[in-house]
Amino acid sequence: MSLLRTVNLKKHFGETRAVDGVDFVVTEGEVLALVGPNGAGKTSLVNLLSAYLTPDSGEIIFLDQDITNMSVTGRIKAGIARSFQIVNLFDDLTAFDNVALSIFSRENKTLKLMSLADHDHEVNKETDEVLELFGLGGKGHILAKEMAQGERKLLDVAVAYALRPKFLFLDEPTSGVSTRDKAQIMDTISSVVRAGHITAAVVEHDMDVVFKYSDRIVVMSDGKILADGSPDEIRANKEVETIFLGTG
Amino acid sequence: MAAMDKRQGRIRLPQVVGIAVVFAVGLALFPQVAGTYQTMILAYGLLFAIAGLGFNLLLGYTGLLSFGHSAFYGMGAYAVAFAARDLGITSMELLLLCGLAATAAIAVVFGLVCAGLTRIFFAIMCLALSQVLWSLSYKFFWVTGGTDGIRVKWPSLLGITEYSGGGAFQRFVHDYYYYVLVIFCIVVVGMWIITHSPFGKALQAIRDNEIRAEFLGVNIRKYRLIAYIVSGSVTGLAGALWVPLAGLITPDTLWWPFSGKLVFVTLLGGFRNFTGPIVGGVLYNYLEVYAIASTEYWQVVLGGILIVLVMVLPTGVVGGLSQLAAKLRTKEEPQREPVTDG
Amino acid sequence: MDIFILQVLNALFYAAILFLIASGLTLIYGVMQIVNMAHGSFFALGAFVTAWLIGQLAGNVHPLLLLLAMPVGAFIVAVFGMALEPTLLRPFYKRPEEYQLLLTFGILLVLEDLMRVLFGGSPLAADQPMAPFGSMPVMGLKYPNYNFLVIAVGIAAAIGLWAFVYRTRFGVMLRATSQNMKMASALGLDVGRVYVLAFGIGCFLAGLGGAIVVPTQTAVLGMALDALIIAFVVVVVGGIGSLKGALIGAVIVSFVRTAGVQFFPEIELAVLYLIAAGVLLWRPTGLFGKA
Repeated sequence: MSLLRTVNLKKHFGETRAVDGVDFVVTEGEVLALVGPNGAGKTSLVNLLSAYLTPDSGEIIFLDQDITNMSVTGRIKAGIARSFQIVNLFDDLTAFDNVALSIFSRENKTLKLMSLADHDHEVNKETDEVLELFGLGGKGHILAKEMAQGERKLLDVAVAYALRPKFLFLDEPTSGVSTRDKAQIMDTISSVVRAGHITAAVVEHDMDVVFKYSDRIVVMSDGKILADGSPDEIRANKEVETIFLGTG
Repeated sequence: MAAMDKRQGRIRLPQVVGIAVVFAVGLALFPQVAGTYQTMILAYGLLFAIAGLGFNLLLGYTGLLSFGHSAFYGMGAYAVAFAARDLGITSMELLLLCGLAATAAIAVVFGLVCAGLTRIFFAIMCLALSQVLWSLSYKFFWVTGGTDGIRVKWPSLLGITEYSGGGAFQRFVHDYYYYVLVIFCIVVVGMWIITHSPFGKALQAIRDNEIRAEFLGVNIRKYRLIAYIVSGSVTGLAGALWVPLAGLITPDTLWWPFSGKLVFVTLLGGFRNFTGPIVGGVLYNYLEVYAIASTEYWQVVLGGILIVLVMVLPTGVVGGLSQLAAKLRTKEEPQREPVTDG
Repeated sequence: MDIFILQVLNALFYAAILFLIASGLTLIYGVMQIVNMAHGSFFALGAFVTAWLIGQLAGNVHPLLLLLAMPVGAFIVAVFGMALEPTLLRPFYKRPEEYQLLLTFGILLVLEDLMRVLFGGSPLAADQPMAPFGSMPVMGLKYPNYNFLVIAVGIAAAIGLWAFVYRTRFGVMLRATSQNMKMASALGLDVGRVYVLAFGIGCFLAGLGGAIVVPTQTAVLGMALDALIIAFVVVVVGGIGSLKGALIGAVIVSFVRTAGVQFFPEIELAVLYLIAAGVLLWRPTGLFGKA
């Protein structure tokens, strides 16, 4: 069944049709890749779905509920979380606190003024588990700003994951890291997502990564969905090939 | 103290409590070794420290610079003066309640107005609102006494009233010092818990990255508002405690340069450390007292120190010391950092 | 009818002074993105320097020549500001706002005492330049004609500043730097020179405000603090960084204040700050500020 779908979603910036009448469907349990050349509208679509942008027209349906006009906070509570292309962390807090905050927020514990955060054993335990899952075990005490780029990318995803979303959006989780780190990051994320049976959509440039890790691929171009299918179908699609060769 | 909780991830509570108790005992013994004048000076310093702790919940932990905290300090002081003069209240406990209630009420109103703003707009809004109170206190002289101010008599402390006759000043200062010290300790513990609570962490998250905090489902406006109310109330508490010791409240306490003083206090100690405003408050008070006592041109001394401070010691005294300590530690034990496997 | 004219004249007089202070404050913010808490001190310095100069010259030269003390006083303030900018302020442009505010607050404190050292603690009067202008009778009172000169200087400053920013090559450089410092620098503009000159012009305007106001009121310590805070209100209402905003803001504030003194003297100042708060709430960037 469909977890999330959009109906004729539109967002224009002046003359630029960033998202131009998109009907996008995500099925529960799948890992989907959203690809396309630069300026195809991928990030705009992610921003619309996470309420970072408001659409000009169209609808967004999540679990049979219309969430088109729902705020960021509302969508987080409904179960949509995202990570960011450009690492977006709490730089002066430790890795541990970055993840713990997600858990506090999810459990509605952030309005507790008179209890010590470090003495919440349930949250501590879960935070350690999440850090461990993302290969960051033992690094909880390091300030986010002092971590290596690859670790920061993983931490960014871990912060979103710790919200235990029903649907997780990953905006270019491997951008800005070396090829070697790329494989490691994708292996880690993929195993966490698969093990947790989380529905996820990944925006990605690297087609090798996309073919390897996703169940289904949605190709965008000029604000529209150009193709939608399994990795094998997309690989065989001539039109997609032209688009990617055409833009390098 | 503060450097520790940043580096180690988790706080070593027994150690923190231990250090705090040592300092509290030291402060409690102070009047036994020092004279009345020195005791009074330190009491003023502790009051600045309380005000600074309140102020720094906004600056250091929420990332909002208020240039209008004189409003709360002055409001707390005026509320006490009104209650003493017009309601005839003499019990310090009741007077404090009046001061706290008045500042909390003002903080709610101002907070609702300010909570949507950030950066320079927030600073100027706080300034404008505090100036509203200042101009009212200045112009409504039949209520506030105008620039002559309102005199406040020594209140009774926990029912003790015999502050008259020979040596009354010495006895009042002595007792009042302990009164201030106890409240100071309560505020320190309370603020320490708040800054280390999930709420305090959420504030720091908002400070570091507003957008991401929103993407954790944190209602930013609400958290800023609560931080503002707590911050204003604590600073107001300091003002309420200050007025019986000073004996006189004038509009100058509400005037905007006093807000600048509170920023000074906090930066002097260091706003990225919990203990910064405490050290800053006590230190600033000594600076001001001795600068005024020793030269007619004390503003040059304070202004000069401020300029040098922001240029060479931007993290304040506590920040500078903890950086120095960290440097010495890594020099002595270069192998201390755990080697991580890639 | 006479009283109305008198009040309008008073408001225009006050608006001219306010514009001179606020336009410098907003120019400096527009170019350097720094809120200068010491700006009121430049206004006060202009008043003190000019009053001192007039005191030295009065009796020795023709009274009309005393007017020359005013641009000289303003120029001295500008030179002082141009020495301050590259040495003290410039290292702070990339630092967080709290440091900029505190640095300039420190400069304010130092300048307060510097003026006390240089000119003594007592008020300095310098009303000699007013006499040659005479006065005209309004409502049985004498309205000094000198005030018309002040209004004229305010208008001239507004036109001059507009022409300078929008009609000269340096104005282009100024606007380029204010919009995108990095780009301006990459295009080979001498950003340092733009900064120094912009700061100098801001100080000159504030100093001129002090210089032309000092014949009508004495120069006193503490005038810096009052001037700064009212200039803040002007800039907030008009929009921080906008010259047009400074002009409109100055007119609004001066008319509200003049009406306030007449009709609601107790809450006159409170109303002013509430207007500033209201504008910030409704449009944080002010009436003419860029979003």
